[in-house]
Amino acid sequence: MADVTVEQVADAMFELVSSMKGKRDLKPMDVTKQMIEKFGGDVDKQTCKKALRTLIDSGRLTYKYAGGSYVTLPES
Amino acid sequence: MTGMKYKTPLLDELEKGPWPSFVKEMKKEAHRPMVQDALGQLERSYEEHISHWKHGGLVGVMGYGGGVIGRYSDLAEEFPAVAEFHTHRVNQPSAWFYTSDALRTLCDIWDRHGSGLTNFHGSTGDVVFLGSTTAEIEPLFADLTKAGWDLGGSGSNMRTPSCCVGPARCEWAMYDTLDACYNITQNFQDELHRPFFPYKWKFKFAGCPNDCVASIARSDCSVMGTWRDEIRVDQAKVREYAKTVDIESEICDRCPTRCIEWDGKKLEIDNPNCVKCMHCINVMPKALKPGLDRGATILIGGKAPIIGGALLCSVFVPFLEMDPESDYEDLKELTEAIWDLWGEHGKLRERVGEFIQRVGLSNFLEEIGLDPVPEMVMAPRSNPYIFFDDEIFETDGE
Repeated sequence: MADVTVEQVADAMFELVSSMKGKRDLKPMDVTKQMIEKFGGDVDKQTCKKALRTLIDSGRLTYKYAGGSYVTLPES
Repeated sequence: MTGMKYKTPLLDELEKGPWPSFVKEMKKEAHRPMVQDALGQLERSYEEHISHWKHGGLVGVMGYGGGVIGRYSDLAEEFPAVAEFHTHRVNQPSAWFYTSDALRTLCDIWDRHGSGLTNFHGSTGDVVFLGSTTAEIEPLFADLTKAGWDLGGSGSNMRTPSCCVGPARCEWAMYDTLDACYNITQNFQDELHRPFFPYKWKFKFAGCPNDCVASIARSDCSVMGTWRDEIRVDQAKVREYAKTVDIESEICDRCPTRCIEWDGKKLEIDNPNCVKCMHCINVMPKALKPGLDRGATILIGGKAPIIGGALLCSVFVPFLEMDPESDYEDLKELTEAIWDLWGEHGKLRERVGEFIQRVGLSNFLEEIGLDPVPEMVMAPRSNPYIFFDDEIFETDGE
């Protein structure tokens, strides 16, 4: 695996969540599956978890609860 | 007592009688506007037979996806002090042991940041702080962490693990529930604070089959203490019990597998057929004691009836050594295999027990790499149509 960095996955995740804003809520696993589909064998669940963590810790994304837990953009 | 802002005739009914009353307790705190408005709104709910709370949303502390449950009033204009009334779950110590100083610290923090109303404890086990504004969430969290506390779980994550008092206070503990609970809590911090599952996952650690934490009914993974050698019998003390206990009807007839015999002088136990229910030991605790080869049975799939019906856990691993020196590696490995499968294929809000029912136990076991064992069978087959695997036909053919 290898050329895809955690930061690149994080950016792709952010782009995905931003593009779905107001259309569909995404669970962390939805985002992960889409990243694995996008990057193929270069990305695994652990990398996606790390990427999600950097997004949440930096405040670019946040968790929201609506019957289940989702990731979303923070309120401006 | 501070005067009441609202008339609460229906709530006042709940102050009558000798039993403890949450209304009485809340009225003692009526100097707080939040408590006044919470009582006012509750009276309204009683009148209208409808809840005026909404929950969910974006509230939480930076980096965490659980621990704070957003709670809002849908009558915010009428009851402005509870417009935001968020719940906080605080990770309790193993088996709920506190010093009085620790409790004072928690209460002082909560008095500074919230309504002062608490639940000790929520059904998962956390200390529950009831009612703060959004603005107080981060300052409260800062004070809690400074004092050595952390938030617990909520949402689609591992919920705060809980355990019985175990060897700290109980003679029946087959393993150190407090250590196991603490170890698992520390090991899975990411899963506790960062929701990654289809729905909640609960661990409960019970030291023996008496299951004082109701792990079999209230958790997705019940770690229940057991033994695999023989029950220790003191025949002289059995004979003492026989003077006051009808051993035939109270013990032999109530043994689920009828593996006990009593001839009036000697108690015989057919140990390989004992299912470790503890009934006989509970009735004659001075005469019978569990064996000394101790560990835990791992049961999976229990839940309370929030979305489908209630489920009890069923056996996955009949006996697992629970030596603290092993760091509970086998339990962690099994857990991660289950999370991996359920996490990827579980539907939204589908608990692992429901997932197993949907995909079938044999498929589930195959995917997580666990061999089937007879102890996993919950009941004899009722379907007369039996389909054999291909290899059995091949063997027959040969």
